[in-house]
Amino acid sequence: MPKEPVAVVGIGQTKHVAARHDVSIAGLVREAAVRALADAGLTWSDIDAVVIGKAPDFFEGVMMPELYLADALGAVGKPMLRVHTAGSVGGSTALVAANLVAARVHRTVLTLAFEKQSESNAMWGLSLPVPFQQPLLAGAGGFFAPHVRAYMRRTGAPDTVGSLVAYKDRRNALKNPYAHIHDPDITLEKVQASPMLWDPIRYSETCPSSDGACAMILTDREGARRAPHPPAWVHGGAMRSEPTLFAGKDFVSPQAGKDCAADVYRQARITDPRREIDAVEMYVPFSWYEPMWLENLGFAGEGEGWKLTEAGVTELDGDLPVNPSGGVLSTNPIGASGMIRFAEAALQVRGRAGEHQIEGATRAVGHAYGGGAQFFAMWLVGSQPPPG
Amino acid sequence: MRDVAIVAFAQTAHRRRTDELSEVDLLMPVLHEVLGATGLKANEIGFTCSGSADYLAGRAFSFTMALDGVGAHPPISESHVEMDGAWALYEAWVKIMTGEADTALVYSYGKSSPGEVRDVLTRQLDPYYLAPLWPDSVALAALQAQALIDAGDTDEAALASIAARSRADATTNPHAQLTGDVPAGDHLVHPLRTGDCPPIGDGAAAVILAVGETARALCARPAWIRGIDHRIEAHSLGVRDLTDSPSTRLAAQHAGAFERPVDTAELHAPFTSQEVVLRKALTLGDDTRVNPSGGALAANPIMAAGLIRLGEAAARIHRGESDRALAHATSGPCLQQNLVAVLEGETAHA
Repeated sequence: MPKEPVAVVGIGQTKHVAARHDVSIAGLVREAAVRALADAGLTWSDIDAVVIGKAPDFFEGVMMPELYLADALGAVGKPMLRVHTAGSVGGSTALVAANLVAARVHRTVLTLAFEKQSESNAMWGLSLPVPFQQPLLAGAGGFFAPHVRAYMRRTGAPDTVGSLVAYKDRRNALKNPYAHIHDPDITLEKVQASPMLWDPIRYSETCPSSDGACAMILTDREGARRAPHPPAWVHGGAMRSEPTLFAGKDFVSPQAGKDCAADVYRQARITDPRREIDAVEMYVPFSWYEPMWLENLGFAGEGEGWKLTEAGVTELDGDLPVNPSGGVLSTNPIGASGMIRFAEAALQVRGRAGEHQIEGATRAVGHAYGGGAQFFAMWLVGSQPPPG
Repeated sequence: MRDVAIVAFAQTAHRRRTDELSEVDLLMPVLHEVLGATGLKANEIGFTCSGSADYLAGRAFSFTMALDGVGAHPPISESHVEMDGAWALYEAWVKIMTGEADTALVYSYGKSSPGEVRDVLTRQLDPYYLAPLWPDSVALAALQAQALIDAGDTDEAALASIAARSRADATTNPHAQLTGDVPAGDHLVHPLRTGDCPPIGDGAAAVILAVGETARALCARPAWIRGIDHRIEAHSLGVRDLTDSPSTRLAAQHAGAFERPVDTAELHAPFTSQEVVLRKALTLGDDTRVNPSGGALAANPIMAAGLIRLGEAAARIHRGESDRALAHATSGPCLQQNLVAVLEGETAHA
């Protein structure tokens, strides 16, 4: 028996900010969930199961917070799963929830991801002594900067490309009311003049630390029929993992990322992603990852990604808009960032992305990665149900 | 519904400390053992899922390195739950149900020795109202035990006999940490004595799932998962009846546990008093063999102990010692979240 088609019928986000002092963690997640329910025209009693994700528990200092959040998310008496796949977790969480519907285990599932980074200190959370393993020492930027440098050397990309991405994403964020960083005075010169943090990554080319949550309601064909607004349909979804460190690992374009994208395209019957996909919400925490992932996800040939960026192809009005929402560079509640990518892709094909809507978008990709570029999650959603 | 079975199970010898072993070191032997038992290679597995908790390791992203033990290159389809491995098995079962995978490797591990596990588990509680008071896991279990005694559901002598039975059974379990005659001991937190509480230890476990004919080819007597479900309750102890476990009952109902009697039950009851609660919720009579492995009172590697219940129940079916077994896993304070699976051998189904 083929899988049940999965539809996204409700999406809710919080306004992402540096610190939500006005709500508890429970209050934060409930805000996103209530908005998703309202979008879907459903109530708590319509939900069969809850799948929740977030990045490390040390970011809030709560071990397995889903236990405490069960009440706030209406999960009492229901199944509740907690996914954790590092930075890719928001995407993985959505895929685990989608599988519950696809497998016909449940009909309507609430999936949610969050991070309330202000409850703790993310750099501290990432810098705890490592009892069993070698330390990575330099935080996320320090870990990824050498791989960006390797990309530049390998492809001959001029060192201006990173700032173009940051300038674009921060301008896109101005059109997204939920985005964290709204800088109406942003200029390319300002990005280029920002301090160098981890050469070649500048301050304005890095993601912020945000408080925020994102929720989606996933349902089956019957549920989609009753939805008050057009659904987004899942045409393909996949996760791939490889070890953090091993001889022969290509940190510039990890095999797991390529395999993940190829699997999604196979499921969605996409043969020419550049031409057939209308919008991409890509996980770009440091600006240079846009050209790198353009290649990794098959939108550009090897060494060609930066040329698309430089030519404006990935701009809001380009022919392959990347991160119309402003992306991770403008909003980064880490555990939720992947789900925001998945949700923003769904908003695009539902025609409900507001000011940052890509006109006529019928197929969009949501993408996330995590760990030492070792965990990948991706889905492709469409405005029409999958064939068959 | 696709027929899915547990076809292989392995666990470590659980020990009080394993200072000399990294998490990967702890995992490697059990991963090799289940793969060896089926003849499968890592890259032939359709889906991999693991369970663990960062707070035990005392660092963020502790599971990322554990993946090294799997040998995940070429890249694999993989996921992780910040939960007991029993829930990783559930996620893997769902994946197989979608038709996207025919086999799955599930593993979980927990090293409790680097920290004070009673303190660590307080960080699981409501961070604003409860966690700042540091009520530890034994104290919370003692509240539940006292509620049971007050309700007339048990007494200290009956609890001691549960501990004695578990640890006597554990003498035949080469993996158990605490076996044989263990004195009831002094009160740790009244009314619980040391004998009512689980040992603290490090350990890991792994399971392989397979669908239909693949399962039959990999295992002489697969343990078919006839039903599996899990449910959560409110977090606050003040809004729960601690003498009952409605989430266990509900999960058991959805898993089909009440349709026919089970001959074996592997219950994840780290405290003797919790066995009393679970027996009642599951309406288990004296004709059901409860925790022949010794259960969590004999070895309780946190985050693996629930998966081990599924593995032990399956292994009994593999060995022909059970035809229909119930396996249970729990998470959270005082049995807040519970998973129930019903496993059957081929002949029981026919």
